[in-house]
Amino acid sequence: MYKKSLSCPFLIWAAAFIIIPLLFIMYYGLTDKSGSFTMANLMAVATAEHSKALFLSLGLSLLSTVICLILAYPLALILSGSRLGKSGFVIFLFILPMWMNFLLRTLAWVVLLDTNGVLDTILKFFGLKGMKIINTPAAIVFGMVYDFLPFMILPIYNVVSKIDVNVINAARDLGANSFQTLYKVIFPLSLPGVVSGITMVFVPSLTTFVISTLLGGGKILLIGNVIEQEFMKGTSWHIGSGLSLVLMLFIIVSMILSSKYDHGEGNVL
Amino acid sequence: MGNKLIELQHISKIYDGHKVLDDLNLYFNENKFLTLLGPSGCGKTTTLRILGGFEMPDEGHVIFSGEDITSLPPNKRQLNTVFQKYALFTHMNIAENIAFGLKISGKSKTYIEDKIKYALKLVNLDGYEKRMPDSLSGGQQQRIAIARAIVNEPKVLLLDEPLGALDLKLRQEMQYELIRMKNELGITFIYVTHDQEEALTMSDTIVVMNQGYIQQIGTPEDIYNEPTNAFVADFIGDSNIFPGIMLEDKVVEIFGVIFPCVDTGFGHNRPVDVVIRPEDVELGAPGAGTVDGVVSHLIFKGVHYEMEVTACGQEWLVQSTRMYPVGEHVSISVDPFNIQIMNKPESEDEEAVVLDV
Ligand SMILES: Nc1ncnc2c1ncn2[C@@H]1O[C@H](COP(=O)(O)OP(=O)(O)OP(=O)(O)O)[C@@H](O)[C@H]1O
Ligand SMILES: [Mg+2]
Repeated sequence: MYKKSLSCPFLIWAAAFIIIPLLFIMYYGLTDKSGSFTMANLMAVATAEHSKALFLSLGLSLLSTVICLILAYPLALILSGSRLGKSGFVIFLFILPMWMNFLLRTLAWVVLLDTNGVLDTILKFFGLKGMKIINTPAAIVFGMVYDFLPFMILPIYNVVSKIDVNVINAARDLGANSFQTLYKVIFPLSLPGVVSGITMVFVPSLTTFVISTLLGGGKILLIGNVIEQEFMKGTSWHIGSGLSLVLMLFIIVSMILSSKYDHGEGNVL
Repeated sequence: MGNKLIELQHISKIYDGHKVLDDLNLYFNENKFLTLLGPSGCGKTTTLRILGGFEMPDEGHVIFSGEDITSLPPNKRQLNTVFQKYALFTHMNIAENIAFGLKISGKSKTYIEDKIKYALKLVNLDGYEKRMPDSLSGGQQQRIAIARAIVNEPKVLLLDEPLGALDLKLRQEMQYELIRMKNELGITFIYVTHDQEEALTMSDTIVVMNQGYIQQIGTPEDIYNEPTNAFVADFIGDSNIFPGIMLEDKVVEIFGVIFPCVDTGFGHNRPVDVVIRPEDVELGAPGAGTVDGVVSHLIFKGVHYEMEVTACGQEWLVQSTRMYPVGEHVSISVDPFNIQIMNKPESEDEEAVVLDV
């Protein structure tokens, strides 16, 4: 009884801010303006414009997830193996940006990548041509990687640093060279961290509209932008909700895939 | 002295300015059960890690079959380690754990399968191929760790307190198992423990270490019966260690009482340490022995009684199958052969005697 009454505020909170909004979205997504049931809003994803945005989103999120993984894994390994990592200071450096406003961090990239921005100025100083990265998909990937990299590093670092040194020593002892030790022992043992890192980067990348708005200059539409426009520019809450539901489907699928590997050890946040 | 298989030459190791091993010299023969014995922190694990290749000595060389392997990485060494906390691969089942080393060295499938069967039989765990390490008890995991190491047919097996986490009964069983395995495999076991009983039970040779120095090397009988200094005497088994004066050859004075002994060559009136094992102290009727005393404590230990007798103002530890109740007046006598005379260390430094083999 005691426990039940304690959980009451949370239940109310969950109902008010999670369940009810979700029901609203489902209601809007599955009805038309007159309030009758329809699948049209879901099917709206099939239009050329929407499906292009969805596939671009999937592609860019996948790409930035892969880049994050490639950057984060060696880093996490080095950090967990070195005194630097053990002192916690370097880890702190990586967490620090997460405390800064997300918009601010993304805006910083606008300044850096803008035509005649910091990057171009430096390139021109060396007599090179400007790169014109801003307003391209590349800029968006830059932003995603920069914003979400810590979410990849932390869970991997967390798992890798908990691997018993003697397990690694045992692999070496049994004849494995450093590379064999890495892919036969360290990597499999770090999978839970990798999987939660992937979800923690992939899901926010897939749904973002801020990064694409700021770094894509409004020219590149991701599925997040499309949904945002449907709601904010007043086009249609129904289609916006329908698209949200489709997107949710993709997220749920990726969560289910990852929960198969994740045994909860990789969660740090 | 047989075939030197592996040799440590002038090994020193410093951690954070603290000399953990100091000019250690030691060799290990083929097909022997050798134990490194010493109190916690004396450098046993460090010695083993240097042998296994997980640690580089700051000075000195590791020689294996006449070859200098000091800077060879662990995967290139013909020895395998059984780690203190098993260190099994938790993401693999038992068969995969055991096959790990064999797969890396590229052995054939049938060879690997045969080896797994053989190893599991050797450690008495047939049929455990498909189990996961987490589902095994501590003792079973330890045996898998041994199986995983021995399938690679190392010339030397290094074991770091492998039985430390087991309960007494299982530990005793495993001690016999290990001796059996060693005899069956015909390889050298280098075993680390701080448990003197374990060392005495299992070893062909015991190396007693303290503070990075070797105190004594010998058979279990040597170490027990002829400890070279008070540290060894105190560390191996219970003993009475008294200050004494060697009056002349074969005569020692303890607390003003004259005891005959068999040691010679200490000169005249020389202060020494006298070691008497509690089972060597014989009790009798008052007046019948060398000195009289009163029983002050009595404990039943199963095989024998353990008593403390106050004589010459000193507690004497006595073990006997005959019980003398507290308060009883007794006499103490000791067979001259059972009195060990040892030189007193002249300084703190000398307490850790450096012994070259
Ligand atoms: N990596 C290390 N860094 C700093 N000091 C260390 C390190 N490893 C061991 N030492 C120190 O070296 C000394 C010997 O350690 P070692 O592990 O060899 O002892 P041991 O004889 O195995 O003890 P135990 O019976 O407790 O396992 C200890 O004082 C220990 O604190
Ligand atoms: Mg140790």
